[in-house]
Amino acid sequence: MEDNIVLKMRNIHKIFPGVRALQGVDFTLRKGEIHALMGENGAGKSTLIKVLTGVYGKEEGDIFLDGTEGAVAIHSPQDAQNMGISTVYQEITLCPNLTVAENMFIGRTKGVGQNWKKMNADTDRILQSLEVPAKAAQQLGTCSLAVQQMIAIARAVDMECKVLILDEPTSSLDEQEVEKLFKLMRDLRAKGVGIIFVTHFLEQVYEVCDRITVMRDGKLVGEYEIENLPRVQLVSKMLGKEVDDLSDIKGETKAYQAEKDAVPVLEAEGLVSNAGIKPFDFHINKGEVNGFTGLLGSGRSECVRAIFGADRVIGGKVKMKGKEVKITKPLDAMKNGIAYLPEDRKVDGIVGDLSVRDNIILAQQVLKGFFKPFSKAEANKVADEYIKLLNIKTASKDTPIKSLSGGNQQKVIVARWLFTHPEYLILDEPTRGIDVGTKVDIQKLVLKLASEGMSVTFISSELDEMLRTCSRLIVMRDRKVVGELTGDDLNQATVMNTIAGGDK
Amino acid sequence: MKKRLAVLLTGAMVMASLAGCGGGNAEPAAAPAATEAPAAEEPAAEEPAAEEPAAEEPAAEAPAASGELITVGIINNDPSESGYRTANDKDLKAAFSEENGYSASFAYGNPAVGNANEDQVKAAQQFIQDGVDYLLLSAADTAGWDTVLQDAQDAGVEVILFDRTIDADESLYLASIVSDMDKEGETAVNWLAGQGLDEYNIIHLQGQMGSAAQQGRTKALDEKVAAEANWNMVEQQTASWNAENAQQIVQSVIDSGKSFNVIYAENDDMAKGAVAALDAANISHGVGKDVIIMGFDCNKWALEELLAGNWNYDGQCNPFQSAYIDDVIKNGAPAEKTIIMDEKGFDATTITAEDVENYGI
Amino acid sequence: MAGNETKNASTVSLKNLVRNQCFIPIAALLLLAVFNLIADPNFFKITLGTNSAGNPVLSGFLITILDNGSELAILAIGMTLVTAASGGQDISVGAAIAIAGSVILRVLCGGNARPETLQAPIIVAFLVACVVAMLFGAFNGVLVAYFKIQPMIATLILYTAGRSIAAWINNNELPVISEPSFGYFGGFIPGVPIPTPFFIAVACMIVIGLVLKFTNLRLYTQAVGINQSSSKLNGLNPELIKVLAFVILGLCVAVVGLIKVSRISSINYSVIAKDIEMDAILAVALGGNALSGGKFSMVSSIIGAYVIQCLTTTLYKFGVPATALPAYKAVVVILLVIVSAPTVREYASNFMKKMKLKKEVA
Repeated sequence: MEDNIVLKMRNIHKIFPGVRALQGVDFTLRKGEIHALMGENGAGKSTLIKVLTGVYGKEEGDIFLDGTEGAVAIHSPQDAQNMGISTVYQEITLCPNLTVAENMFIGRTKGVGQNWKKMNADTDRILQSLEVPAKAAQQLGTCSLAVQQMIAIARAVDMECKVLILDEPTSSLDEQEVEKLFKLMRDLRAKGVGIIFVTHFLEQVYEVCDRITVMRDGKLVGEYEIENLPRVQLVSKMLGKEVDDLSDIKGETKAYQAEKDAVPVLEAEGLVSNAGIKPFDFHINKGEVNGFTGLLGSGRSECVRAIFGADRVIGGKVKMKGKEVKITKPLDAMKNGIAYLPEDRKVDGIVGDLSVRDNIILAQQVLKGFFKPFSKAEANKVADEYIKLLNIKTASKDTPIKSLSGGNQQKVIVARWLFTHPEYLILDEPTRGIDVGTKVDIQKLVLKLASEGMSVTFISSELDEMLRTCSRLIVMRDRKVVGELTGDDLNQATVMNTIAGGDK
Repeated sequence: MKKRLAVLLTGAMVMASLAGCGGGNAEPAAAPAATEAPAAEEPAAEEPAAEEPAAEEPAAEAPAASGELITVGIINNDPSESGYRTANDKDLKAAFSEENGYSASFAYGNPAVGNANEDQVKAAQQFIQDGVDYLLLSAADTAGWDTVLQDAQDAGVEVILFDRTIDADESLYLASIVSDMDKEGETAVNWLAGQGLDEYNIIHLQGQMGSAAQQGRTKALDEKVAAEANWNMVEQQTASWNAENAQQIVQSVIDSGKSFNVIYAENDDMAKGAVAALDAANISHGVGKDVIIMGFDCNKWALEELLAGNWNYDGQCNPFQSAYIDDVIKNGAPAEKTIIMDEKGFDATTITAEDVENYGI
Repeated sequence: MAGNETKNASTVSLKNLVRNQCFIPIAALLLLAVFNLIADPNFFKITLGTNSAGNPVLSGFLITILDNGSELAILAIGMTLVTAASGGQDISVGAAIAIAGSVILRVLCGGNARPETLQAPIIVAFLVACVVAMLFGAFNGVLVAYFKIQPMIATLILYTAGRSIAAWINNNELPVISEPSFGYFGGFIPGVPIPTPFFIAVACMIVIGLVLKFTNLRLYTQAVGINQSSSKLNGLNPELIKVLAFVILGLCVAVVGLIKVSRISSINYSVIAKDIEMDAILAVALGGNALSGGKFSMVSSIIGAYVIQCLTTTLYKFGVPATALPAYKAVVVILLVIVSAPTVREYASNFMKKMKLKKEVA
């Protein structure tokens, strides 16, 4: 092994039932570097990390560690820890009601005896050396999130780790806290620790990292020196589109082209929710299809959730067809003719044990009111109608929705919202995790609805889909709106440039 | 998984309630019985009598100068525990009033709110600190009182136990005023034997198993049934002092077609439940009727049933200890530390409206 | 060929039967019935007699089950909704019944422990009790829905304090009602030989049946119980629906409170309706409803309630000590747990498949 390399993963394969999650991925980590691992949803980042930390086994491939002859076998997180591979997760996995010192040493002591005094002294020494502003005897819960994060890192460092994996450590930190964390990371780099940094904040990658490995669809895209990879290139590699690829022909049907006789359906001004997005302005016209785009975690969903009242709105004005309305909860939005298909189908969409029929009528039923239930005959008729219209494959309308395939579940949720006859339909990742056929069905449906006069906001991780369906794209980066693209700007190059922003 | 957990939890709770019953068996005094302990005699009549000695010997015991109030700290159990306890609490409050020359403070242990015994111990320590003259105690638990009583003795506070005894050396208290549950049972069974029936076919409704009242009242009957050939136990079941359970049990006996002519219920509530079942089946009961009804506790409403001839017998469980306590305070410690209160048994044929007034609780 | 088809048809219908939620409680009921039939057919004897007031009454074990099971059935209605909406159970039912009963007596007696005449019409007393019980239900519901306290823990508060509150309402007195018409609710109405609680239960069933038919109570409750986050995004207010379930249970509690105090025309705060919550929860579980919430079958729960009472009565009949009853009920719970455990179900279905395969091979 070359001198300066601490970790080498070669030709890693991992197969889940039906999915080839990792296909021959290589990864190299050097001593004293901060190495960003980047990729969109489903790229295989977390699978790779879990293979490395022994959470998953692997089908094929080898892992080499500095100081060990030949490939190592990592069967459990405990193994990984013993070999000097430590992980700090996004959510703090320490115990908030124990002291800092106890957290530092939990699960590491051998035997039953424990020298508390020494433990506290050791802890203070470590914290001091890393300049972590905490005391050993303090309860962990009283520290700020950033400090807790740092303590978790200190714990990892104290276990003499050679490889430190930071999995989205910054997502719940504010800017100052992030700065502190970066300082600690740089200190550790100086001490020779190899750090794998998983994040979706582009700015942060360029601020602190030395090298980037990009993955997509379970495959390695490449490893790059940070200075050799401009942001737009990074975005294009993550999304799998070439920036210069101008073959993106705009000949396909656009639902809505002209802005001239535009009638705004919804206008929002300075809208902001408690979900951590910056205030944003937004409008959509009758018969328009627009979309929010940006990398995962850029705040796309949070924006539409704010519009729908799904998160707590803490500021801003919303007008519906020119009239100011107050939307504080989903029901308000629904009454104003807004429908929202949520991003996470399983958690926010389906009501698993209920039948397909009940799932279809649910939203309209709520709108109709507690004392006016649909008769069984009406409900059946509606269910039949939409099952036929959207070509939903289900054994019967009485089948619990949870036993349907993902694509058909999604169609049922679409049916649910169509049945409310909305003026404005928000589709948040309607095509994620469903088969290609259904994807196309849904895109076609969006265009058809728009041509009938419905306004649609469409969010998808797949840029192709967005470009094919939307006539206007709102671009987001790091939780704020950074651009709005229409007309000729609707091509991959521009979109990616806008997403990447900054340099160039 | 969640579902399984939930069902398991229910199971555990059912088990727990079962365990609760077992616990009751183990520590009789702690059983939160609806009926309870002891009894004495003519409290109403006794009270003026008790004042007499007080008048004769104004400064019998140390602190009570005629102008000065005697301070007593009274530690009792939650008055809502039972009708018995309610009457007991009322009696104490009436007797230890300022007009009678007392300044009384009250503290209660309530098992529904906290650890009854611990709370009582804390209250006792407080009273000792406050320097009361007398500490009157009806302990929730028999154990755990030695230290406190020793403290009381060291501080010169006299202790008088009422209603419930405790496991502590006799020297630590002045007197203990209690009911004799065995005697209550004997009085009742003797009365029943005196009815001269050819055959006694008895439904025996027991109280919370393991409580002192249940044990005493059951013992006499069990012995009699074992001894006499013409005394038969048709059904012996615990209804846990509960009228509804009693009703169900008697209903069940009626439905099975077994014949019986005596209902021996260890408290008034259960007798009442039994009577409800009899009424529904049109089985006549009371004086000169098919079934003899016996209850305990002398609730006022129960004595009224006696007066009306619907029931036959009610055994007293005397909650009026105040007269006895007053007597001990004014006249000094008795020769025998344990004072057994007089307890009556009322017969429907002889009970008077005055009895109902005087003894009904 | 034709024989084969009928066989298939019969297996299919058998399968549907087994799948039906009512299957468990009905099977349990049949099991108990068969047991009693073998042990003593007298169990099924019903006789028409007259009670002490000279009115015709039916009596027999079945009537007893009908009588006492009705209280449980009424509670099971509310408990089913609470379970479905909140995924937990209310253990304060017995204590709340004590409160409701105490309120009824307090209003009827007007503060005097033994009034000559009723101080207020019974209906007024009952309505006051309904309001009070619903308020306590709402209290539980708010703790569960808005403060997100686990239902069993939240209701533990009222479970602990309820009986003291009940005693306090009547100043620790034990009121006795002498008015005979007050006894009708827990006994018999003159001229009607069937116990009144049964009619009250039937009325409750009809009401809840109508409510489920003419409102969205079922859909909303189930949606909230299955997926709270999704129901919220569909415009529902999950908190409000949970509170509603607890309030409805409060109403059921008030009805049962009336029956309970009517039975003995008095009250004993510490023992009235003791442990009845366990039976009510058991009824819901026996009805095949998931105690973790979600879909429910009201009919199954109600049948479950009568099955529990049937079990209790059977045990009484065989002279099982009342203190041992919980042990037998625990056995039922354990059986339910085992039957509903996924591993057992998997094993059973695998076993069935194997049997089928063998048959086909043969």
